[in-house]
Amino acid sequence: MSAKLMIDRSHGQHLFREMLRIRRFEAKCMELYQAQTIRGFLHLYDGQEAVAVGIMQALDERDAVVATYRDHGHAIARGLGMGPIMAEMYGKLEGCSRGRGGSMHLFDRASRFLGGNAIVGGGLPLAVGTAMADQQLHPGAATVCFFGEGAAGEGEFHESMNLAALWKLPVLFVCENNLYAMGVPLEVAEADTEIIHKAKGYNMPGEQVDGMNPVAVEVAARRAVESIRAGNGPWFLECRTYRFRAHSMFDAQQYRTKEEVAHWKERDPIVRMQAWLLEAHLMTPAELDEIEAAVDTEVAAAVAFAEAGTWESVDELERFVTMDEVPS
Amino acid sequence: MNEQAPDRMTYREACRQAIRDALIRDPRCFVMGEDVGLYGGCYAVTKGLLEEFGPERIRDTPLAESVITGAGIGAAIGGLRPVVEIMTCNFSLLALDQIVNNAATIAHMSGGQFAVPLVIRMATGGGRQLAAQHSHSLEGWYAHIPGITVLAPGTIEDARLMLAAALADPNPVLIFEHVVLYNAEGELDPAITSVDIRKARIRREGRDLTILTYGGSLPKALAAAGELAAAGIEAEIVDLRVLRPLDNETIYASVGRTRRCVIVDEGWRSGSLSAELAARLAEDLFFELDAPIRRVCTREVPIPYAAHMEDAALPQVADIVEAARGLVRPE
Ligand SMILES: Cc1ncc(C[n+]2csc(CCOP(=O)(O)OP(=O)(O)O)c2C)c(N)n1
Repeated sequence: MSAKLMIDRSHGQHLFREMLRIRRFEAKCMELYQAQTIRGFLHLYDGQEAVAVGIMQALDERDAVVATYRDHGHAIARGLGMGPIMAEMYGKLEGCSRGRGGSMHLFDRASRFLGGNAIVGGGLPLAVGTAMADQQLHPGAATVCFFGEGAAGEGEFHESMNLAALWKLPVLFVCENNLYAMGVPLEVAEADTEIIHKAKGYNMPGEQVDGMNPVAVEVAARRAVESIRAGNGPWFLECRTYRFRAHSMFDAQQYRTKEEVAHWKERDPIVRMQAWLLEAHLMTPAELDEIEAAVDTEVAAAVAFAEAGTWESVDELERFVTMDEVPS
Repeated sequence: MNEQAPDRMTYREACRQAIRDALIRDPRCFVMGEDVGLYGGCYAVTKGLLEEFGPERIRDTPLAESVITGAGIGAAIGGLRPVVEIMTCNFSLLALDQIVNNAATIAHMSGGQFAVPLVIRMATGGGRQLAAQHSHSLEGWYAHIPGITVLAPGTIEDARLMLAAALADPNPVLIFEHVVLYNAEGELDPAITSVDIRKARIRREGRDLTILTYGGSLPKALAAAGELAAAGIEAEIVDLRVLRPLDNETIYASVGRTRRCVIVDEGWRSGSLSAELAARLAEDLFFELDAPIRRVCTREVPIPYAAHMEDAALPQVADIVEAARGLVRPE
């Protein structure tokens, strides 16, 4: 078991940089949204970055990822280029889904990124299916399925957990428990607020992990993926986390107090990681400046890429409603 | 198992042989559904296949329509060729999310990066006194949805050959098998080894009117045509076969020729496939029509249990004859 993880200089900085990339990318999205350059729904991942980044450390190119509508973080951490993601937000042809998916439906075949699903719980059955295919065609590959704790109320969640455990499918279920489903607090929605207990009900191993700490998430994810690759069936991780911003851009957040948000912000995974790396001399202030500058440059390049993008011809509107062949 | 001679078989056997062929031909193909294995399928379509192919390829699932369907979608994306069986289309409502929000959308939403080569088979229709929750015809609803192909085999030949065509299609295909057809018997022409799942077919030629129909209503329409012929009215029967995308070409050619049309659809009239067909004819063929379009549909009630009530609710031969006569020989 790789329970103990050595955080050396380069890995520590890597985790920090990956989280910062998501945070800065989304800060830019927010700005662009307010300027009405990008439209639709915009669900930001602020505060939850440690989850996506921690989980992705355990994956390689064999693996598939099923995300939710809050998918920018998952996509960036999975390695989709910021340019195509930003172009997707703009609705441009150069977007990772040709501008047809937008913020909630980022797809990328090359990295087996199976998109943001905007139906709560809707991605879980899909993940069960890719895992079925992998079990037969690509033993050792895993599917990671992200969802919020709100999904635990849906039947599809339970159907999927049962089938995955019954058939010992290679799926890692990652519940990002940020305590609210839009405005519904966990205790208003769940008879048992320990989501991890649900794994027991399906005879599935799992654990609860501090979702504000990328190292803790990575350790848990590595343990889980190792077991999955060995053919032991699915694994469940409940990552306790928090979103700092509104559910989406149309949310006055009347369901929670400013104090509560402030309290969680003290556990900001990026701020804490930065402080820790500096204190432990795993990152110098000069390196920090460098990382920040590089990330800002990358975000600016993504915006430039999106700005320079083109609009798909309306003649193409009905293309891909059905396909002529299965892409290989 | 009691196999009949290869050229004469029931609709059920045709379905089974189609599945068997698919499993033999392609190792990526598997069947998944409730009671498809040990029990042999609730309509006995998959009987014997578990013994022949084993539990990896004939997968009994829990009662969980949504994950069965969703897993089929994921498995298709992952490189397998799943044939999902949903006991009856009534239960497919529990899988609507997966069918409508995933199967039908992923290709387009992903900008063409992912295809979903999935086949879902389900039983449809009334006529067996199974009451409302086991007798509905929902294929017309599914035909509303872009991104999926909807098939309704009404003959032994289609039951035998449509599955292979559906599996060869890179898109999600829904196949609706009418429950009253399973016991129907017929001859299979050994010379025909494939069918085109983009085309409607003329099942009977006639000059006086066109009857558009499909699935379980096809035998009724053919019987009605027999009665009409005895009265000197020659009805042309167009078997739609493919409910999405509709084959306008064949439909328009027939109605353009006969200039009169009766649509027989076991769905309810309001907002139905028959409504779509009538609208298309009104939009595109109005000046060629000699009479109003008539529809014979299921009465607007949940299908009742009592036989006489069920008969009254569903389109019957007499209803078709009456509608046709009204067009050709107006009183
Ligand atoms: C099936 C379904 N019901 C309702 C919604 C509307 N909705 C969108 S997000 C959301 C809250 C989900 O919360 P959670 O699963 O905890 O994820 P989070 O947004 O916290 O990441 C709701 C109710 C939906 N998209 N899908």
